[in-house]
Amino acid sequence: MTSNTRRVDVDYLARVEGEGRMHVTVVDGVIEDVEFSIFEPPRFFEAFLEGRPFSDAPDITARICGICPVAYQSSSTQAMENAFGQEVRGPLRDLRRLIYCGEWIESHVLHMFLLHAPDFLGYESAVHMAADHRDIVELGLRLKKAGNAIVTTIGGREIHPINPKVGGWYRTPSKKELEALVPELEWSLQAAKDTVRLVAGFDFPKIEQDFEFVALSHPEEYAIDLGRIVSNRGIDIDASEYNDYFEEHHVERSNALHSTIRERGAYHVGPLARYSLNFEELTPTARDLALEVGLGPTCNNPFKSIVVRGIEVLYAVEEALRLIDAYEEPPAPSIDLDVKAGVGHGASEAPRGLLYHRYEVDDNGRILKAQIVPPTAQNQLTIENDLRAVLEDSLDLPDDKLSWVLEQSIRNYDPCISCATHFLDLTVERTSRKG
Amino acid sequence: MPNAPAPCPAKPKLGVFKFASCDGCQLSLLDVEESLLDIVGVIQIANFPEASREIIEGPYQVSLVEGSITTPHDAERIQEVRRQSEFLVAIGACATAGGIQALRNWKDTKLFTQTVYANPQYIETLNTSTPISDHVEVDFELRGCPINKYALVEVVAAFVQGRQPNIPTYSVCVECKRRGTTCVMVAHGTPCLGPVTQAGCGAICPSYHRGCYGCFGPMETPNTASLAAALQRLGMSNRELVDAFRGFNAYSEPFRIASDRHEALAVASGE
Repeated sequence: MTSNTRRVDVDYLARVEGEGRMHVTVVDGVIEDVEFSIFEPPRFFEAFLEGRPFSDAPDITARICGICPVAYQSSSTQAMENAFGQEVRGPLRDLRRLIYCGEWIESHVLHMFLLHAPDFLGYESAVHMAADHRDIVELGLRLKKAGNAIVTTIGGREIHPINPKVGGWYRTPSKKELEALVPELEWSLQAAKDTVRLVAGFDFPKIEQDFEFVALSHPEEYAIDLGRIVSNRGIDIDASEYNDYFEEHHVERSNALHSTIRERGAYHVGPLARYSLNFEELTPTARDLALEVGLGPTCNNPFKSIVVRGIEVLYAVEEALRLIDAYEEPPAPSIDLDVKAGVGHGASEAPRGLLYHRYEVDDNGRILKAQIVPPTAQNQLTIENDLRAVLEDSLDLPDDKLSWVLEQSIRNYDPCISCATHFLDLTVERTSRKG
Repeated sequence: MPNAPAPCPAKPKLGVFKFASCDGCQLSLLDVEESLLDIVGVIQIANFPEASREIIEGPYQVSLVEGSITTPHDAERIQEVRRQSEFLVAIGACATAGGIQALRNWKDTKLFTQTVYANPQYIETLNTSTPISDHVEVDFELRGCPINKYALVEVVAAFVQGRQPNIPTYSVCVECKRRGTTCVMVAHGTPCLGPVTQAGCGAICPSYHRGCYGCFGPMETPNTASLAAALQRLGMSNRELVDAFRGFNAYSEPFRIASDRHEALAVASGE
């Protein structure tokens, strides 16, 4: 027996948040093994939350992720309020949705322009890209800044905002403070449309995947911070039922837990899932633009996630303007809490997808148990499935091109490996057995 | 105190290295937005995997190190980063104090692993989360959880210009007075770590009617005992003081000593 082995090694997948590893084995043109693993050093958030006061949860869990702290603050505050049998509604809740719009804009635009677009245009980074397309990079940076301005105005700062708390806010902004955001958001409306048209013109590998999409859904709005957990294959549950339908597995190759739908397997969370499940809840402007650039009401091509992120940026800008216009200063910055023992669940749509929190607290509001399920952990198996599909489609590519497209297909998910738990090594092994 | 940086070459090479962290501090480099393209005009981003596929080999004239050391592998990797780096800057509470994950330093990490993972035998981790300076010589420490992005630009600019960075070591109280924020502790009885916490954030929390929670770590010569006594007069228990000092800079020496002291008092008084 003679065998020829071709190996492609990329030791560190770039332009993702955190570090992970991928290994692919191809024998005689047949894919034998695909592994996407996460080696982010574990930080044990769920363990050291035990014994801390309930009020620490939004501050501490924000530190899981420097890119989407608002998501952690949203899911954790709601879970605690749920444990006390309470809900935050009215302007206090609208501010939560507004700050979340800011995070969607800054996180999506960061990914689209600085991390993902260079793949489509063939650059190593946005800095390389800026040498030829300075206007594009500047557009992205300005749009990102508009999102950050929302987070900073309401939250106090863009990374790890200090203002959100269980029950509401420490201080609610004045109408005037919010109105100061309007001119730049009005500029952002056109910038977001230009962005969608720009990225929709990229070349996309023709991959269509049969995803089970899972996202929050709400009858009256494009779900961000509130809603039921639904899927395109019949799941329609309250966040409190999450563990009845989904389970986490710990596998040797990864420091992040893998999630599956019980007795069914992989599922997909994130922009594609939200868009495909909640298309009708988008604004007419966002829907029309999506159709104009050739996205259907559902999108099964993970490479087109960059276009869907653009649509969501447009939506978030419009929604932010609407919320600012409708904002009335509330009488108090937070509700009075009825601290008592209980179990609480909170779910919200982080930029990368569904983020579920569950807490048990004692009579004094001290945390007895915490469970946090971040989006990238839920997408791990789906990312591996995509890698198989892309590999099958791209086996004739030379090694350097193949590596790049595989990396790109991981970046489709804007994976936040810090969230999921660091090292993305990419190894492609091609073996040929003859004789 | 930091070493005085030597004059640097025309376009120095910058490396960014991540250990256990949330990525927030290194992303501050991308959060400078319009200034980003100006920065890359004077400095070459040679190794920043989170932003670029291109890795230019070291040595690096300046390295930004984010994150704490929590695994045997990382304890070795930081040695290599130090060898490759002429001027090494630890950025953020994880790199300068061990971060929030240093809460493990008071616990049994084995139990932690069992709490989070079904198969603890797959997890390789150290019992402690420690700052970079516990492992290698650090030339400058930039505090904060997260760091202030303008302070990061100042540190990089100072390096390029061959001068000391202008970063305060006084307390948050000074920043509150400067911006005209009413003292939340004096006026409203809101517990606040501002008097013992290093400035640099802009005194954000008090301007949002919230007490400082110490995310920039201890100021130079903090009087934690005096502050703790004042906080107790506001009604805080020893256990609450332990929680307050055991935050994002729990393992920094002044906060560590304060939290241990109140933990012992809590145990002695049966709280």
